[in-house]
Amino acid sequence: MGTHVIKMPDIGEGIAEVELSQWHVKVGDLVVEDQVLADVMTDKAMVDIPSPVHGKVIALGGQPGEVMAVGSVLISIEVEGAGNLKESAAPAPVAAQEPPVAPKVETVAESKPAAAAGPRPAPVCQGPMVAREADERPLASPAVRKHALDLGIQLRLVRGSGPAGRVLHEDLEAYLAQGQSNASAPAAAAYAQRHDEEHIQVIGMRRKIAQRMQDATQRAAHFSYVEEIDVTAIEELRAHLNEKHGASRGKLTLLPFLVRALVVALRDFPQMNARYDDEAQVITRLGAVHVGVATQSDVGLMVPVVRHAEARSLWDSAAEISRLANAARTGKASRDELSGSTITLTSLGALGGIVSTPVLNLPEVAIVGVNKIVERPMVIKGQVVIRKMMNLSSSFDHRVVDGMDAALFIQAIRGLIEQPATLFVE
Amino acid sequence: MQTLNTTLLIIGGGPGGYVTAIRAGQLGISTILVEGQSLGGTCLNIGCIPSKALIHVAEQFHQTQHHSQHSALGISVSAPSLDIGKSVEWKDGVVDRLTTGVAALLKKNKVQVINGWAKVIDGKTVEVGDTRIQCEHLVLATGSTSVNLPILPIGGPIISSTEALSPKSVPKRLVVVGGGYIGLELGIAYRKLGAEVSVVEAQDRILPAYDAELTQPVHEALKQLGVKLYLKHSVLGFDGTLQVREPNGDTLNLETDQVLVAVGRKPNTQGWNLEALNLDMNGSAIKIDSRCQTSMRNVYAIGDLSGEPMLAHRAMAQGEMVAELISGKSREFNPTAIAAVCFTDPELVVVGQTPDEAKAAGLDCIVSSFPFAANGRAMTLESKSGFVRVVARRDNHVIVGWQAVGVGVSELSTAFAQSLEMGARLEDIGGTIHAHPTLGEAVQEAALRALGHALHL
Repeated sequence: MGTHVIKMPDIGEGIAEVELSQWHVKVGDLVVEDQVLADVMTDKAMVDIPSPVHGKVIALGGQPGEVMAVGSVLISIEVEGAGNLKESAAPAPVAAQEPPVAPKVETVAESKPAAAAGPRPAPVCQGPMVAREADERPLASPAVRKHALDLGIQLRLVRGSGPAGRVLHEDLEAYLAQGQSNASAPAAAAYAQRHDEEHIQVIGMRRKIAQRMQDATQRAAHFSYVEEIDVTAIEELRAHLNEKHGASRGKLTLLPFLVRALVVALRDFPQMNARYDDEAQVITRLGAVHVGVATQSDVGLMVPVVRHAEARSLWDSAAEISRLANAARTGKASRDELSGSTITLTSLGALGGIVSTPVLNLPEVAIVGVNKIVERPMVIKGQVVIRKMMNLSSSFDHRVVDGMDAALFIQAIRGLIEQPATLFVE
Repeated sequence: MQTLNTTLLIIGGGPGGYVTAIRAGQLGISTILVEGQSLGGTCLNIGCIPSKALIHVAEQFHQTQHHSQHSALGISVSAPSLDIGKSVEWKDGVVDRLTTGVAALLKKNKVQVINGWAKVIDGKTVEVGDTRIQCEHLVLATGSTSVNLPILPIGGPIISSTEALSPKSVPKRLVVVGGGYIGLELGIAYRKLGAEVSVVEAQDRILPAYDAELTQPVHEALKQLGVKLYLKHSVLGFDGTLQVREPNGDTLNLETDQVLVAVGRKPNTQGWNLEALNLDMNGSAIKIDSRCQTSMRNVYAIGDLSGEPMLAHRAMAQGEMVAELISGKSREFNPTAIAAVCFTDPELVVVGQTPDEAKAAGLDCIVSSFPFAANGRAMTLESKSGFVRVVARRDNHVIVGWQAVGVGVSELSTAFAQSLEMGARLEDIGGTIHAHPTLGEAVQEAALRALGHALHL
């Protein structure tokens, strides 16, 4: 028997830390080769860690939500044969590089074959919920027990992640985040005062988003600008193209037209297609237009990237946007597909609203948001006519983008969209 | 008749009742506490506190006497004498300070205290003299009284623990009936105060509630002190001498000046019209659920009235919880363990499951003990007997029980209870640095020994 140690792999280039999202196994489980052991997350991509060996899990290197150093011990598996851990090595393998976060290694003493009247084995479980026998007393400190009572949680339903299955405060939070307490909470009368609280731990994707949003709003000097655009003509063109080519080339949304408008407008406003490294005080203007398209997924906001939009036709862009959105929503987007944008386009679709104030996707300096298209009475040449109108809400990093330039940039986009032919005239 | 209205009415001002009242006051609940005698109940007036005071007097006297004879410590004093009247006065002073303190705490928390005997009318009405009190919640906390033996009615030379705690003189000879913790605590104290003490116990060993290994050091100490044990002897009666039946059926007459009856305590359910509520009972105690609720809505019973274990700290914890329940919080009385301490010499403490109890519960456990003979601090206290014992599950090393016997081990109950409530494993205790030189090192060493690597053994 030997021990095979799996270390946290380097998933993306130059990444020093990876967040452990979820365990698919627990100590004592038998695993087979290629079985998924854990989900880890880097930047915005979720990656499965498969087992390279057959064996029995003897120790887990961290808790879900923990940020672990690349190279730190993720999991130890007992295998037939020698394993990859030398007998002479210290019991806790040392990470290749000094980990900024010391991995907690959880081990449980080997259980001898239990006698008939022996203790029950801990039930197999995943996630924060677990069912214990009605008479089984969950291991928990008095403070945790009291808190569970306060929250109306039956402690025996909560999975304990502490030593020997001890239920920790974090486990209560995880349980609440799962929304399991709702099932057991008494139905409240319609107008009854409510005093329940739900605590949701900010981990994983949500933590990444929170960090980035906070970072963006703290560092950049946001300057927002809203312009109203007449989209009647472009909507007519879109309807026409969809009627004519929809069946063969796929339906077009407004997004690929907007991508095209960005590409054309950026030729005259290269300062908008840039990354601002505020520590080095360097602005990098890019020739390539990699458009990030903000997309809502089940786990939160993602920004997949349409690469080299300047080299894509309308339908090419449309197909790429559709493919990336799908990948992001199903969690299959790779790290490359989720990074490297130079400017971002955000749309709330049918929920577009009148105005929004987009938050910059740092280190980019511009983000353009699309609001809802509505029919409005407009005055054109002294006549009241019904036109399809849409607002563009954009934000810029005012540290490096002047208001006048920003306004001119948006006016250029407006001009291109209101006269759709100019989008394609080279 | 005057009528008072309140949210919470508590009958009994002992540790259960007064703690309920203080916590209720903190939570802003209008509260009335009814007490017929003195605040503090049995615990402060005729139980825990005065007995510990008397034990302290006895120990000091005993030590001084020891030094007056042949002290290994090199101390020489002339033979001490004892003014027991003054000792009792000192003890009464301690009790007085504590009961006054309780009264001040109740006042500070705006609890109205009514002196008088409560008579229950119904689940929301209680009469005290010519005052009628209407309440929304009723907490019954009347405690317990000593069990009397019909063949040994209290009076004259036959005394209960109450009389034994306020002696006018130390009797030349004392027979203690009952080898439980109350009988032994007082029996040892009286022996140290100079009485010739005998203990009559029906079972075959002292402290029958605890296992033999644990009580052995106490047994040895009794022998050394010269306390005579009459095990497997039962009391037949008293007429100047105490007649007891020997194991072989013969009758033995024990010459004595006083007989202390200490055969246990029973819930105080008589004399205050409790019958009017017709509550479900659990033997002689009121039946309660995990929230101390009786079979009647908004009527709670706490402390000794609700049965075993009859311990002041249990009553206090129940009282605190009941007050929070009444304030609308969601609460449950769910301790992992309640420590029990015997202030014998040596002291004995039990928290959680003993090896036998763990086995009976179907647990496969490691049992390990560490003797004070190998503990430096114990040696400096001239104490070599006793040990700390730990009981932990073999599969995950979670500690399920602690026991200890030895000088001063009562203070270890804190660490024991805390480790059980926190769900500590042997590694947690073994990995906690325990200060040197203390008796507590034996706690760490017991855990290390269970893991197979005690350092000082």
